[in-house]
This record gives sequence, structure tokens and C-alpha cells, in this order.
Amino acid sequence: MKEMICINCPLGCRLTVDDADRQNIIVTGNTCPRGKAYAIDEITAPKRMVTASVKVEGGSLPMVSVKTARAIPKELIFDSLELLKQVTLTAPLHIGDVAVENILGCGVDFVVTKEIRRTCDKE
Amino acid sequence: MKDIVIIGSGVTGSAVARELSCYRAKIVVLERGNDVSVGTTKANSGIVHAGFDAVPGTKKAKYNVAGNAMFDELSKELDFPFRRNGSMVLCFDENERSGLEELYERGVANGVTGLSLISGEEARRMEPYVSEKTVAALYAKTGGIVSPYEMAIAYAENAAVNGAEFLFGHTVESIERTEKGFRVTCANGAAFETKAIVNCAGVHADDVNNMICPEKIEITPRKGDYMLLDKACGYLCNSTLFQLPTKMGKGVLVTPTTHGNILIGPTSTDREGKEDVNTTVEELAQAFEKALITMPTLSKRNIITQFSGLRAHNPGGDFIVGESSVKGFYNAAGIESPGLTAAPAIAVDLATQVASALALEKKDDFNPVRKGIPQFSHLSDEERQKLIDQDPLYGKVVCRCETVTEGEIVNSIRRPLGAKDLDGIKRRTRAGMGRCQAGFCTPRLMEILARELGCDLAEVTKCGGRSQIVTGRTK
Amino acid sequence: MMTERNLVIIGGGPAGLAAAKAAYDCGERDILILERENELGGILNQCIHNGFGLHTFKEELTGPEYAQRYIDEVIKRNIEYKLASTVLNVSRDKIVTYVNAKDGVGVVKAKAVILACGCRERPRGAINIAGMRGAGVFSAGTAQRLVNIEGYLPGKEVVILGSGDIGLIMARRMTFEGAKVKAVIELMPYSSGLNRNIVQCLNDFNIPLKFSHTVVEIKGKDRVEGVVVAAVDEKLRPIMQTAELIPCDTLLLSVGLLPENELAKGAGVSLSPVTGGAVVDENMMTDVDGVFQCGNVLHVHDLVDFVSAESENAGRCAAEYINGKVCAAQKIPVKTVNGVRYCVPQYLCADGVYEPISLKMRVAGVYKKVELTVRADGVKIYGKKRPVVAPGEMENIALNAEQVKALKQAKEIVISLEGGEARA
Repeated sequence: MKEMICINCPLGCRLTVDDADRQNIIVTGNTCPRGKAYAIDEITAPKRMVTASVKVEGGSLPMVSVKTARAIPKELIFDSLELLKQVTLTAPLHIGDVAVENILGCGVDFVVTKEIRRTCDKE
Repeated sequence: MKDIVIIGSGVTGSAVARELSCYRAKIVVLERGNDVSVGTTKANSGIVHAGFDAVPGTKKAKYNVAGNAMFDELSKELDFPFRRNGSMVLCFDENERSGLEELYERGVANGVTGLSLISGEEARRMEPYVSEKTVAALYAKTGGIVSPYEMAIAYAENAAVNGAEFLFGHTVESIERTEKGFRVTCANGAAFETKAIVNCAGVHADDVNNMICPEKIEITPRKGDYMLLDKACGYLCNSTLFQLPTKMGKGVLVTPTTHGNILIGPTSTDREGKEDVNTTVEELAQAFEKALITMPTLSKRNIITQFSGLRAHNPGGDFIVGESSVKGFYNAAGIESPGLTAAPAIAVDLATQVASALALEKKDDFNPVRKGIPQFSHLSDEERQKLIDQDPLYGKVVCRCETVTEGEIVNSIRRPLGAKDLDGIKRRTRAGMGRCQAGFCTPRLMEILARELGCDLAEVTKCGGRSQIVTGRTK
Repeated sequence: MMTERNLVIIGGGPAGLAAAKAAYDCGERDILILERENELGGILNQCIHNGFGLHTFKEELTGPEYAQRYIDEVIKRNIEYKLASTVLNVSRDKIVTYVNAKDGVGVVKAKAVILACGCRERPRGAINIAGMRGAGVFSAGTAQRLVNIEGYLPGKEVVILGSGDIGLIMARRMTFEGAKVKAVIELMPYSSGLNRNIVQCLNDFNIPLKFSHTVVEIKGKDRVEGVVVAAVDEKLRPIMQTAELIPCDTLLLSVGLLPENELAKGAGVSLSPVTGGAVVDENMMTDVDGVFQCGNVLHVHDLVDFVSAESENAGRCAAEYINGKVCAAQKIPVKTVNGVRYCVPQYLCADGVYEPISLKMRVAGVYKKVELTVRADGVKIYGKKRPVVAPGEMENIALNAEQVKALKQAKEIVISLEGGEARA
């Protein structure tokens, strides 16, 4: 039996997970199906959303925020952040623009989460 | 060869520099800090004392009363915040009443005008928030408040405009007698030949004096903790409220500041270290408890910041002002309270002495007037509009708590002896001094400083030295 | 020169944007938003983490994405906004004075004003930490702006005081940027942050969270060199024997938010000493006719989704007010007792309009197995059983028209925690 707090939404449900049978993990305490999925993931292959920022050239701001389009394997967090250090994007940027494709082969992209205008005086 | 080296650019050194800058002379001010007004001057009560406190016949008494009388004109000439708000010494115990009378007599002996002994009811009528327990008070009409660092900055700017040179990061390490005067050597290797020296080194004045004078002096750094309350509490008092010193101790003051906050403090503890300006839990608690005696309704909720400062205490008791036994070496040492009030008078006196000893001539082109930074928050809408028409940067509010505009901040950086760090901007414009204590404006101020100084954001400091705000770029 | 507008909204953050959109959709076309920053979106622009919008959009967005949804709505409706424009004053008769570089000093006479100017962080001074005053002490939000917008790292070895959400989020954010977060220190025996943030911001990175501790002293002259941390007793006083030095170069403070109400005060609006925001009725109108408030300037919210909902309500009501529909009739006070610290709105209008409304409140401590009730003249109109309630979580009571009707016909409305364990 494991206790955990679902991180899917601000509700933060307290889950109880019976993983005696890894093929049939029993989750209680969740208020929605995402809680169950989270608990099973957390036992078998924990995943996290990663949000960070990336350098921008020629933009109205020096940095642009990015996120993983979906949660990525937890163990890739720091390597994925390392990847972002090498990236410089060029303005203009739009929400959803891909910043890094297929992060470390995990099939998830880093995408831009903010609109950045181009500033001419910075050219 | 310099004519005069002034050591220290607190309010005394800056005032001396200004009063000497009306003469034809090569003046250099050596300051160990990276700005003027970074020692005792930046952290004290900001009181212009009436002059009833000092023992008659002392230098403290003489310069206090003379200095006080100079403030009205001086604050207009140099454009720094000053207000004659009056002060009150409160007595909470029938048995201590004689103490008030003693102060009154002392004041009269010192030549203080406008003193009156008033009843507790009278005191509360004038200051409705003082304690019900007030039995009597001494009211001094000539008491005032000043922004101490803005006063020192005004003096220094005016001195600089009139030709005095200010060198920062210059810590005096040794003074030697030479044929024509002195050689002053700094820790950074710089050396200056000069005919005369004026020692205005605050808590370090003993070190400087003892480098050259056979008569050794000692300055004890005496620390005081303060608390500043939100402007929203500004209604709590108009006069400066002292407590009558009793067997229980000296008490603390509660006073408005020239900018409308309420200031509480100081505590008083002798310190070993001359850099030791950390506030302590005990002293802050003590200051607040004592302030409650004056004003029982004070609330800690309204405190926006705490700070502490060191007074340059001379165990001998009095100021040490004038030429020492070494000809050409002048002291302004032990300048503790009422030093801020006394500084203008000390400066005139010392300048006159030095000028006559060196046979200096007055300049024809001395400009005694200094115009400060326009204060957007104090202007009418018409004045604001005019300012923005001249410079649109005055239309960009950077510090929202104190309504300080980018125009004022840029002005504070570009003017003579301009700000070089966040604290320098704060002292000159009040940006970051409000209730959010620079939470919102710090990044904006850093950007403006970096832009104006042509440096990277990572090089911007809070107060010079190793006080960088950030450690570097994230990427 | 004075211009005239129907509705002036002060603040272009989530509250102001939502209010503008709702007022427009209610038929109001003459709207002006005044925003002090260089872009719309407010504080959301620096909240680059995810977790926003589950209620409003049924998906999880980052702060800038959430803001953009509302910015798009405002732009689509062609609602006018002025950036880099700071409001200097709002008078009782709704004359708004603002300043910017282009217009200079602008004066607008409004029929209605919505104050949506958010909150600020409590600074170090407000919590009386002794010690030195060098660089390296930041409020968490300032650090967040430096890292996320400017791209600079405030420090490398960090202690965070306060386990509110911003503190927790910044613990992870600083870790992501290569800093070492040595501890998060919390005065109370519980966190006011969300559980999910304790898991994903602290536990994931083995960052210790010390409850019932505080920072008693800051060391270091030019720059922070360490902080002294001590446990506190049940009266929250530090126990100095437990003091311990944690070497660090940075202290982040996440010690609470305060509604920013200087403009409201200037307009003569009555403020609640509990929330720090205005006293309002269910239309979000203050006691100054035609002056409305919503969002974090009214009371500090946990979720931006609730800010949006509340602000849309304020926007609608302001539009109706301009049309003469909302009147300040007799008002029934909403009393909070027995562990309920406050409720917004503090008053209901006894004017016979029985629409669904929501009451938002916070409790004073952690209470278990309680029932949150709303009573009209002693009669229970609403009850919600809760296994646990805590001050960190805003309680939201949604009332239907029927329940509202019952309340509005009462003389006294009382919200209370009933049953459960004894409380102070």
C-alpha cells in the first residue's frame, strides 16, 4: 500500500494505491479518472510536466516561457533542461511553436507558451 | 598638490566640502564607500534638534543652536526635505517633572527660543495619539525634521558643481607630515599631497586622527536600531516625540519623517565593530516596547522596514571640532547627536578657519544654489504634464508605492555624483522605499541602471562592493 | 483635459481582462483598461508553470497561456487598453487620473470604475527579521520575475521562507536553473500551498520543508551569507536554543500577499481589516456607488480561475450598473463566526433579485470533520460537510436562486463551521 498526493490539479487528492499486483493496481481516494492514471504512472513510470524558459533574439522580451507538450518521464527532467540551454529562438514567437522537437527521443516537444513580438530596435 | 583633503563624505564632510568650495582651492574628498552619505548619515533619526539637550557651554550646545537656525534658508538653497514640525519631550511620571524644567532651563541657557512647558492635556491636544499617561511636556517650536542623506547629497552635489573633487573607494591608510603639509595615502595606492586635512570620518575619525595627531582620541561606535512605519500611519504624530530620560534609561523617539512615514527608535548599544550594523531581535523588540510608552496604539502590522546605524560617540562627551595640535590638521570628530543639526554650523566654522589659515580667496563664480530632482509625486497635474512634455520618461512610473518615475531615476543617475547602485537611487529618489520595499521595482531599477551605466544587469549592485543583486544569466 | 468613459477598469491582469470581457458581453461598449506594465496579463506573465485554467477552460495551461486566452478575447472585442499607464488617483466621483509617456497626465470621468489592481507581496520589513541588509533577500515574486522574464539567477544557494505556492514554485524553478535550494521554512505547522506543489516542487527534488520554524536573523554584509533558522513555540515565538545557521547566498520570502488598495482608500472605499480589500456586496460593488472590485485586490485567491469568475461577475454588474439596473439598496450583512475568518461578499443586496451567487471564504485554522453552514435568521440554508478545512484553501459556496431568495429575505446571515473538534 502506498499513499500519494495526486498532482494533476489543485485539488491534490490523497490517493491510496495498492500495487501488490502490478498488473492490477488498485487506486482509491481519487475524484476523477486522471487520479487513477496518475497513481499507476507514478508506480510504473512517473512523469512530470516541465516548464522553463528559453533565450529569444530580436524579441520584445529577452526570454520566452516553454513547457513540455505533455508530461515527460521524470528522470529526463534535468537532461531536458540542459537541452534548453543550447536553444535560442528568434522572435516573433507564438503559443504552441515548437522550441525543441522530440525531447531526448521521448516523443514530446518543448513548446512556446507566450506570444513574443519582434522589436526592430533590437536588430 | 591639493589645498585641502577632506576625509569622509557624510553630512559633515560634504558640508565642509561645500563651504570650502566657495574659495579658490583644490579640494578633494576621500570617501571609503562608493557613494556619499553611506555611514552614520544614512541611518539616524533625521532630527533637527532645538538645542535644549546639550550642556550649556559645550561645542554641542553652540553648534546645535547655530546649526538649527540655518536650516530654513539652507534647505531652500540646496533643495532638500526639511520641516520645522516642532518637538516635544514627554514626561509620564509626576515625580520626574523636574527633569523637564531642567531641560527648559538648559535650553534657555543655550539660547533656544520658542520653548514652553505644557500640561499633559495640552500635549494630547496637539498630539492626540500620545499616551494618556503623559503628565507634562516640553514643547520646542524650533525642532525640525530633515532627510539626512538627501541633505548630505545636496551638500556634496553643490560642492562638486563648485569644483570639489569626490573620490569613492578611497580608504585613507596613512598620513605623513611633509615639508609643505601632508601626504595622505589610501589603501588602493592613491596618494595626495595637501596643505590641510579635515577629518570628517565619522566612526573612523579616531583612526584618522591617530594616524597623525599625538593627542589620541577614541570613537565608540554606538548602534541604534530603528523601525519605519507605513505612510498610512503618518497621521499618528506631527511633532517629534521624545521621552524624558529617566532612571530607566533614555527612551526612544517617535517622529514623522520628511516623507510622511513614522520612525521609531533608536536603541543604544556600544559596539566593537565599526561595520556592525545588524539589527537584533532583542533591540527591535525593545525599541517597539519603548515606543508604546509614547504611543500605546502603535501596531507592528504597519512596520515596513527596520535598519540600524552607528553613532560616532566620543567618550569625552563633546564634539571635537577645530585644528588639532598638528598645524593644518582639522577634526570634526565625535559628531553624534545633535551632529546632523550641528553640521551646517560646524562646516561654516571649519571652512572659515581653514580658509584663513591657507589665506584662501573667495571665488566670484561660486553658485550656492542646488536644484534637486523633481519629485513627481509632490507636483500638481499641470506641473507633471509640463515635466512629461519636456521628458516623456517622467510619464513612466517605476516605483508604484512612492510614485517615482523613470525620469527621476535617470536624473538621479546622471546628475553630479549620481547614483551607482540601487541604494543610491533609493536615497535620491525614494524608489524602493515604500511599502513593498522594492519588490516590484527592483528588476526595473536594475534595467535602468544597467542601461545608464552601460553594464550588464549582473553587475548591478545594491550598495557597491560585492552586493550584486543577481549571480548571472540563467542561460 | 477630461474625457468621459462609461467603464474604466484599472488593471489589465486576469481580473481586469475578465471583467472587461464580461462587461462587453453584457452590452457595454465604452470600456477603457489602464495597465501599468508594458503588456497585458499581469502577474500571470511571470507564472510560467502549469496548473491554470482547469475550471475555466477544462485544460491545464501555464500562466502566460491562460492570460493570452483573455487577452485574445479583449482584442477580439476591440476593447481599448492603455499600457505603461499608472493610475495616480481615483476620486469618489469616479474621476480617474493616470499617467503615461504618451498622454502625459490623463483624466477620465467614468460612470463606473472596476479596481482590479491585484496585490503585492509582504516584504522582509513586515515580518521583522533582524540582521544585515545586504543584497540577496528577495520576495519570491521578484525572484520569479528576474528568472522567468529577465533571465537572471538571483542566487545559487537558496533558503525560502514561507511555503505558500509562490515559494514552492520558486523552489522548483530555482532548482531547474541550477541553484541549490537548501530548505523551505514555514512558520505554521502546515503549508498554505497546494499539496500538489509540495509533491512536485519539493519532494521530487528532496528539498526539506521545515514546519513551525522561522528565520530569525540574516547574516552577511554586502550579500547574504547565511540565515539563522529556529523552531517556534505554539505562540509562534522563536525558540532561540534551537537556532541553527544555514549558509546560503539568497533568501526568498513567500510570506503572504496583501491587496494593493491605495487607490481604493483614495476613493473613500471602506476596506475590510481581515481581507485588506474592499467591503463589497454580491455585485462586487464597494460602498462607493459605482466603484467595483475584483480579483486579488479584493481578497487573495488561490486559483486564477476563481479570479476570472469573480471578475466576470464584477464586469457584468458594472455594465448593468451603468444601465441603471444595479442599485445600492438596503444591504444585509453576512456575518462569519466560529472559525470562518471572512466571507466575500460581506453584504447581500436586499433588492429581490434572486440569482445564483457564490460566497468565498477562508477559515481561521485547520479544522477536521466540520460542516460549513450558511444560516438565514438561524435556519440552515446550506451545509457542506468537510473532512478537513485549512486557511490555505479558499472555500467556495455556490448558492442557487432558491437559496439566495431565502438569504435575502433574512435579517441576518451567518456563516459558520459547525460540529467537529473544538476550536479557538
